[in-house]
Amino acid sequence: MQMADTGKKIKEPLFHIVRRDNIVWWKAWIIRLLAILAALVFCGIVSFLLTKENPLRIYSVMFDGAFGTKRRVWSLAQNVAMLLCVSVAVAPAFKMRFWNVGGEGQVLAGGLASAACMILFGDSLPSAVLLIVMLIASILAGAIWAVIPAIFRARWNTNETLFTLMMNYIAIQLVSFFAYKWSVPKGSGQVGIINRTSHAGWLPVIGDMEYLLNIIIVLVLTVIMYVYLKYSKQGYEIAVVGESEKTAKYIGISVRKVILRTMIISGAICGLAGLLLVAGTDHTISRETAAGRGFTAIMVTWMAKFNPFFMVLTSLLIVFLEKGATEISTAFELNESFSEIITGIIIFFIIGCEFFIQYRVVFREKEAA
Amino acid sequence: MQASQNNEVYAIRLEGISKRFGNKIANDNVDLNVKHGQILAILGENGSGKTTLMNVIAGIYFPDHGKIFVDGKEVVMKSPKEAIKYGIGMIHQHFKLVDVFSAAENIMLGLEEKEKYSIKRCEKRVSEIANQYGFEIDPSRKIYEMSVSEKQTVEIIKVLYRNANILILDEPTAVLAPQETEKLFDVLRKMRDDGKAIIIITHKLHEVLSLSDQVAVLCKGKYIGTVNTAETNEAKLTEMMVGKKVTLNIDRPEPINRKPRLELSHVSCVNREGTKILNDVSFTAYSGEILGIAGIAGSGQRELLESIAGLQKPEGEILYIDPETGKTEDLRSKTPMQIREKGISLSFIPEDRLGMGLVGNMDIVDNVMLRSYRKGRPFLLDRNNPKKLAEKIIEDLEVVTPGVSTPIRSLSGGNVQKVLVGREIASAPTVLMSAYPVRGLDINSSYMIYHLLNKQKENGCAVIYVGEDLDVLLALADRILVICAGSVSGIFDARTTTKEEIGLKMIQNKHQRGSDANG
Repeated sequence: MQMADTGKKIKEPLFHIVRRDNIVWWKAWIIRLLAILAALVFCGIVSFLLTKENPLRIYSVMFDGAFGTKRRVWSLAQNVAMLLCVSVAVAPAFKMRFWNVGGEGQVLAGGLASAACMILFGDSLPSAVLLIVMLIASILAGAIWAVIPAIFRARWNTNETLFTLMMNYIAIQLVSFFAYKWSVPKGSGQVGIINRTSHAGWLPVIGDMEYLLNIIIVLVLTVIMYVYLKYSKQGYEIAVVGESEKTAKYIGISVRKVILRTMIISGAICGLAGLLLVAGTDHTISRETAAGRGFTAIMVTWMAKFNPFFMVLTSLLIVFLEKGATEISTAFELNESFSEIITGIIIFFIIGCEFFIQYRVVFREKEAA
Repeated sequence: MQASQNNEVYAIRLEGISKRFGNKIANDNVDLNVKHGQILAILGENGSGKTTLMNVIAGIYFPDHGKIFVDGKEVVMKSPKEAIKYGIGMIHQHFKLVDVFSAAENIMLGLEEKEKYSIKRCEKRVSEIANQYGFEIDPSRKIYEMSVSEKQTVEIIKVLYRNANILILDEPTAVLAPQETEKLFDVLRKMRDDGKAIIIITHKLHEVLSLSDQVAVLCKGKYIGTVNTAETNEAKLTEMMVGKKVTLNIDRPEPINRKPRLELSHVSCVNREGTKILNDVSFTAYSGEILGIAGIAGSGQRELLESIAGLQKPEGEILYIDPETGKTEDLRSKTPMQIREKGISLSFIPEDRLGMGLVGNMDIVDNVMLRSYRKGRPFLLDRNNPKKLAEKIIEDLEVVTPGVSTPIRSLSGGNVQKVLVGREIASAPTVLMSAYPVRGLDINSSYMIYHLLNKQKENGCAVIYVGEDLDVLLALADRILVICAGSVSGIFDARTTTKEEIGLKMIQNKHQRGSDANG
């Protein structure tokens, strides 16, 4: 009993952190759900303090902004599909722990290639042939944009993060250059809608569902990527190289070959995303065609832990937040920054909750009388 | 009253310490005490919780239950810094030193002194401490210029500099040659005579017997008991450790049908920094025998095995002689893939199990698949056969795991090694190389590995065994090759040679090289 007395005087830390061995999947999802709830409550407090609006009303406007009308839902779906497409593209690279932050540039390269085909061959080639030429050109352009940094990394071990980032700027400036060259009217720097009347090189519309083809293509790609990463030999090699290059070398996997092959695939899909954006939705090209998706995709991929099916959810979440937040700022006449605060808080909570999935906090036990 | 008197006496006293990681209980209600002027050895099989317990004492882990008393007073330590305040210093198995700093700079690092920063004063005190206990150290030398034993000296002085009265050493002799170990023990004895309390973790029974005053034995996280070293012997301690008597004799069948399998001549290898890490190595490995390789850690053992496995770019000649056709093949500068394409079944159990031999985050099936994933249908993986193999390994080698889809990293060290060894012998190798295959393993698992290696030897495989425990090498191997600073300093018949002979060869070249550099 004497011991207990001395024990009380000494301050035991209030809590300590313990690593979890393995967590059941549903417990992990409960933690994630709680994190989103906590984020909503916290956002509610912040928005009330800053705007004096009823937080529930803000959320309902947010929801309305994303799902309010059929048109909004459709635009949301199209945006999710495009973000998902770029995420699926960068996923194998990141699974290999190759920091491909050049998705933006690879998408632009693919978009530029297809725009060039539309403008140069729009009148001369039959539409089916034109689409095939565009497909090949955009995939090639994206793959080349990605393989250049990969070659340097594989041969001379250069830093791929900086290299892919720099490739983005080159792509952006190239697009600016050609946007000026092809601008209508001349000198405006805007390409405008390409082949407005002939629709040459536009992706076909299924029924009257304008973006349906895009969405189908992306969903098919997602399934293929899931199988590729999980069940193919190449996907297995990507995982081994990503986890431990030393093990890959030990077992006889050519790390160079895997890096090059994976980046070609990654870039090719980015190029395809460029095609879908230019020929399927925008029908024009500008510096903003990729709209930051190359970077947002990184977050989508990591949050989904490289699982393409989870990426559907994470990209939906991010697009929903973007759309909803924009709606808030217009509906309540707040500026853009406010919607970004909300998005930031929610994403912080979602990423932060991963800590509680990995670790457990153990509180000091209350002394029994 | 009795209890409080005891508290007065002990430098450190643990009461009912428990610590768990997830579902694993690392320490279960452990009591322990050490007096000043005493050396306590902690003995236990692998995974018995020795290192966890020491980390609790050093303030790195916080115990789930239990109390710690220092000099009779209960203390709560939330960080290693607080442990140092109570005079507790830990010397880790893996050194925590900044390579480009000098010894003195490393010792000062993180020290909060009121006085002005002065490296001169620090160096002076380091020399004083060194003189007091008989260390040999140059405080201004950079860490990267130092040998392993010198680095260890820096770590020990680092905690003495912080006025530690209770020293914890986690397997300090694992990286030392026998002569260096003796030197360390002399120093530790001097510190004991100076009134310090010393706790030392070691796997080696003879070291326990020659150094310690008392031995505390842990088994599967539980505290078994403390005995006076003078009143015990190897057999008794082993019995306490494993719960049942384990024969310390390792089988050594006579080699059958011994033929050259691997002939190395004039193999040299340069590392990234341009230093010669292997120097003109020549030897022959025979089928049906175990060739032991002895040497101080980092003498080129790793590079030697990696050169054979196709992971280095060595000079010289590495000839493989096919057991059936008798045809020879030069393995030099072939990649592991090319070697396998030639139909040569060469297995390699590397030292770095999780970093090289296996992928920690993958499950057992995916790890077993590493060698064979290219087989089967094109493009898509076949996980069925690897799964069967994984189940077979788990059963045959008694791997303790919740299932085949458990990530390797969550298994204990011994089980990780069993999976690796199981995979490597599954391909019926003609050459099997293993680097420190029993490092960190408990006695039962170690014996299982020895047995598996002997079986490969009987199957006519040429087995190469790089080891650190000379007793094991002498009992298991047929011949022992001693490597020193990248050169072969001798090849001995393991049945007739002595430990002293090998121990001497392990360090002989080093001194020669040292005098060359000075001259």
